[in-house]
Amino acid sequence: MEQILVNGVVLSANYALIALGITLIFSIMNLLNFAHGQIFMIGGFMVYYVYGVFGLPYMVGLAAAALVTGVIGVLFEVLFFRRVVKIATREENSMLLAVGTALLLENVALFMFGEKQRGVPAVIGGVYRIGDAYLPAGRLLVVLIALALIVGLLLFVQYTRPGRAMRALAQDRQTTYLMGVDVDRISAMGFGIGAALAGLAGALLITISGVNAGIGTAISTKAFIMIMIGGAGVVAGAILGAVVLGFAEAIGYALIPGSTTYLLIFVGLILFLVLRPHGIMGKPHG
Amino acid sequence: MGFTLHGTRRGLLAGAGAVIVSGMAGFAGPAAAENVLKIGVLGVMSGPAASWGLVNRYCAEATAQMINEKGGVEIDGEKYRIEIVAVDDKNDPKLAVSGAERLTQQEGIRYIIGPNVDTTAASVRPIAEKNGAIYFPYAFSKSLYTPPAGNAILGMIASYQAGPIIYKYLMDEKGVEKIAFVARNESDPLNQRDEGVAAAKELGLEVVSAEDTYEPGTTDFFPVMSKVVSGGPDLIVLSGVAPADAPLLIRSARELGFEGAISTETAQDAKVLSEVAGEAANGFISVGGASTPSIRSAYMEEFVDRYKKVAGEWNDEAGTKVYALEMILATLQKTGKAGLTDVQAYLEAVKDFSMKNPFLQEDKQLAYVGTDYFGQKRQIGVPMVVNEYRDGDFETLFVGSVE
Repeated sequence: MEQILVNGVVLSANYALIALGITLIFSIMNLLNFAHGQIFMIGGFMVYYVYGVFGLPYMVGLAAAALVTGVIGVLFEVLFFRRVVKIATREENSMLLAVGTALLLENVALFMFGEKQRGVPAVIGGVYRIGDAYLPAGRLLVVLIALALIVGLLLFVQYTRPGRAMRALAQDRQTTYLMGVDVDRISAMGFGIGAALAGLAGALLITISGVNAGIGTAISTKAFIMIMIGGAGVVAGAILGAVVLGFAEAIGYALIPGSTTYLLIFVGLILFLVLRPHGIMGKPHG
Repeated sequence: MGFTLHGTRRGLLAGAGAVIVSGMAGFAGPAAAENVLKIGVLGVMSGPAASWGLVNRYCAEATAQMINEKGGVEIDGEKYRIEIVAVDDKNDPKLAVSGAERLTQQEGIRYIIGPNVDTTAASVRPIAEKNGAIYFPYAFSKSLYTPPAGNAILGMIASYQAGPIIYKYLMDEKGVEKIAFVARNESDPLNQRDEGVAAAKELGLEVVSAEDTYEPGTTDFFPVMSKVVSGGPDLIVLSGVAPADAPLLIRSARELGFEGAISTETAQDAKVLSEVAGEAANGFISVGGASTPSIRSAYMEEFVDRYKKVAGEWNDEAGTKVYALEMILATLQKTGKAGLTDVQAYLEAVKDFSMKNPFLQEDKQLAYVGTDYFGQKRQIGVPMVVNEYRDGDFETLFVGSVE
């Protein structure tokens, strides 16, 4: 039982970081970023090169991952999504654009980084015992950094001026504009932060999971599951969705045959969405 | 739709529905090679399993370059320049069908290397039979190679061929008594697991767990391996494991305190194991081709160098996949021109074809095998090289054969 709890906490913390980024972008742009998993993957590759290949400190790798993926997010918003969101009369247009950016990133990554799985040396060695459970120090480090980043993001969104502007934008774009907020700048910043969170998640998880150019779609799928559970566009909902998915996986893999774990998760998700299509914390009106 | 390339570097990959034509124009060699022999490569070249199909493609391209530089392959006294036409099926049977139709109908290709998994290989069968083509899957389903099927030739050692030999070795050498299986939740790995379980039971091993699986795209293998390790096996078999997942599973098992043996029947890559699992992968047993330095011939060394130029870096999976094009060309030399358009001539030649294995130092014969398993010779007789990973490299434990 201790191992299930430990596994659930580790998975939840990892997933929360992934879900927060995608929900942040959704809340500000009303856009499902299909390239979220691919940005996660690029974050992993940044750490691979900075820390694994060039031998620089891991924290430099994390910073590089956040910077590069953040810049990619800002560029995507400024160059692609801003115009499409403004002029498109149907939401499908921006969604298709998001799918296009996902394919673009995946194929560029395959071209640049190759087809192999990549990994880096452990940042920190050793294994802790918690009761009967094992917790490798590397996983604990990932959990702690993820929690610190989550708290940092919550504080930023809650107490800073740009954070408040982002929340306002999420509530009502038109009114936020009328209040004198530079909507374009805040949108770009929100997209950049969301992308940087995905990149940081990839940068953290490469230390325990490795990364490959094709991992993005699976990550995006999990991110969608989490925000569907928690409620799209709600920060607390993303964290809740991550905890639900993380513990569902940990419990499922331990107690029921592996092949039925995700089957049950998807069946549960379908039933849940039938009853509450806007998720646990989402609002029916969007 | 896709794009056409004439190049040699790796990773020139298309997006959705990508079609890649990688010609060898820059390596056409002497003017004598005026005829062109097109060879298809059909497999997964994008997504998480991209390495399977890309290694096939890089192997074919590297071999083609080497042959083209020498003027091409000689068939019935005429030189043919080899041109590789590669199609990404994305592990999707629908794309495998359209890819096979394109290769056989539009390109007029009779010999296709791939696909990589049972589902895509099975989907290609009617196309190959209708259009008179032979294909060389890296999928293990016996129905692909057993009559009435006749157009598929297995390109490597199947898990049900290598598994029992590895288990027996570990029983004798390491005293293994209890075995556990873990597989990705997809048809090929699950089939390989079932075959492995049957083989283990036949050898008298106690199967302590075989139901544990993980989803494609899993990033944290700790939960699934927690359960596998808790069963107390002496040996954990990673059934049909992709090179991307193997080191993660190994590392999780070791972090959970597992000290027994870990093995797989699929080809792996030493660099990936080294980077992702590090020392935890020491002792990991897998099946390779003529890839370990201790058994390579000079020709194989030349191939390795060329492969690095094509793909950017060596991949140990290529040690297995290097065989397909070499065998196709050598067999066509035996059939003569008839084999270029008539695959029945090729299948006739398969029955008693034999050549010296060009990739091994040792003087070993290379032939088509598989009669014991499929009732007909529908497998390339790739040597069964069982490797153990140790500190960044594979060490050859023993070299066996299918028959």
